[in-house]
Formats: sequence, C-alpha cells, structure tokens
Amino acid sequence: MILTVAGTKKEYPPDLTVTKLLEAEKVEMPMYVTVSLNDEFLKREEFDDTLLKENDSVEFLYFMGGGF
Amino acid sequence: MSFSNEQMTRYSRHIILKEIGVKGQKRLMEGRVLIIGAGGLGSPAALYLAAAGVGVIGIADADEVDLSNLQRQIIHTTADIGRPKVQSAREKMEAINPDIKVNAYQTLAVADNILDLITDYDFVIDGSDNFPAKFLINDACVIARKPFSHAGIIRFQGQLMTYVPGKGPCYRCVFDNPPPPDAVPTCRQAGVIGAMGGVIGSLQAMEAVKYLAGAGELLTGFLLTYDALEMKFRKVKLPDKAGGCAVCGEHPAITKPFDYAPAVCNIEP
Repeated sequence: MILTVAGTKKEYPPDLTVTKLLEAEKVEMPMYVTVSLNDEFLKREEFDDTLLKENDSVEFLYFMGGGF
Repeated sequence: MSFSNEQMTRYSRHIILKEIGVKGQKRLMEGRVLIIGAGGLGSPAALYLAAAGVGVIGIADADEVDLSNLQRQIIHTTADIGRPKVQSAREKMEAINPDIKVNAYQTLAVADNILDLITDYDFVIDGSDNFPAKFLINDACVIARKPFSHAGIIRFQGQLMTYVPGKGPCYRCVFDNPPPPDAVPTCRQAGVIGAMGGVIGSLQAMEAVKYLAGAGELLTGFLLTYDALEMKFRKVKLPDKAGGCAVCGEHPAITKPFDYAPAVCNIEP
C-alpha cells in the first residue's frame, strides 16, 4: 500500500492503523503529536482504530515550545 | 504622510519593490506590531521591524539579559548582561532607526494583561519560550481578533504559522492543549542552535511586514517547518479550522484568556 507520509510517498504493509504508522515512523512521544489524514485533523482517540488506505496522505505536526 | 528625503533614502530598497512601493512603506510606517519575548525569536524580529520603519513596535519581556542568552539573542550585547531585555532591545532598535517609536513592557504576558497589551497593535509576534504563553497568546489573539505569527524553535528545528481572524486554523486547532510540563522538551536542557532564532524570527518579521504592507501570501493555513540538519523546509498544509476548536470553533468554551501553570525546568542553567 502506497501512502504519502510527511510529503514522501512510500510503500507500507496493509492493515496499518495510525498508531502502527506512528510506531513504524519512530515518532517520538506519539501521544503529543497532532495527525492530519487527507487534510483533516484526526482525534487522538481515533489513532488506534483508523485504518489507512491506499494513497492516504498523513502529516505529523509536532509541538515546538521554544522561543528562547 | 509624506516622506522626507532621508526617509526616501532610508527606505529606498523597499520603495523600489513593486509589492511595497511608497504605499506599502507608508503602511509600514503607520503600522503597529507587538513582539512578545525579546529572546531568540524576538531579537531578529525586532531588529528587522525597526529597520523596516514599522511605526510603533511594542516589546514585552520580564527577563534580564543573561550570559547564556548571547549565543542567539542578537539584539543584546555583553555589556547588557543584567539589564532588562526590553530596555536593551529598545536602545538597539532606536539606534537603528530613530524614526520609530518603541514601547517597552517589562512584564510577563499573562491572562490579566494580555488583552491590554495587544489591543493597540495591528499584528502580534509570538516569540515566547513556553507553551502556557503560546496558548495564552493564541487565545487572546483569537478573542481580540488580532492576526499573529506563532513560532517555535528547538535544537536544529523550527516552525511557524500565521493566524488571521476568519482565515484558516488557529494554534489551538492544531494543538488542542499544551503538553504536560516537561513531557515535550521546551526548556534549557534541549538546546537550540543560535542561528535558528535568526531564521525563524526573521520569517516572523517577514509575515508582519507582508501583513502590514498587504504584499503576497501569508502562512495562514500552513505550518512552515525547517530542519537545519537536513537543510529542509516544508510548507505543510493544515486542515481547515477545527469546528470543535475550544477557542475559534463554532461554540467556543474559551471566551477569555487564562493562564496554564508554567512549565518548570528541572535543571539549572
């Protein structure tokens, strides 16, 4: 299955949930990452149950607190 | 407002740009921008906005200049150590451009003063260094219908987005609540490359200038991310505003600014 993750197209195994994708992409502290799926915000409680489909586009948005 | 010969010369490189011109420069000179934080982001933003001739620039920060600031907070010098940052910043800005007026607020932005701070300004730059302040600035700007530039920097990374009322999502649409204190590195232990404030703070100044002059497209509805190690910029499209957003959504639960508990750094500087 082809997904576009953070702007890059890649092959992924089927039956992949958003939670599993966060693990596969080694996203640090996934509980604090905002995910958009096909240009819609995805609620955190939906990560476990949302199955990704062919050609889905996923963005990870990270907290960045500094201004220093 | 007509320009003096000196102003025509000072701003000639702006005036010659077709997107700015005399009209845009006049708008800059009549413009008012508030910068919250005179640190890594606020330093370059303040210097460029002063140089650009933005008529009134407010700068708010409660801190004094510390030796550890000087690796990146380029508006302050070694001689300023121990002095209020806003005083140090004001002097440099006025030295660059005596045409402008600088309002220095030596205070933390908190729920009790944020609406008063932002009320007289056309555009706000969030150069704060912590999540409670970032959420406070967002909420206040949404409530008061003020456009603002949000930014964050850490290590070799930075990002920014622009909020304009009625256009695109706010910061709270993207991040509904601050992470628990110390869950996400925010503080001194994480470090930041000095020039990152220069890159991202200058981009915030760019957004303010474009907003005031009415030039080009703003970063509304986008998050621009920058990874210095991979030398990669990405303009990430953000979804439309979250209908259920607690502050800019259809039925907002947040109708006045409030303070989150400040994050505590668990190490000494």
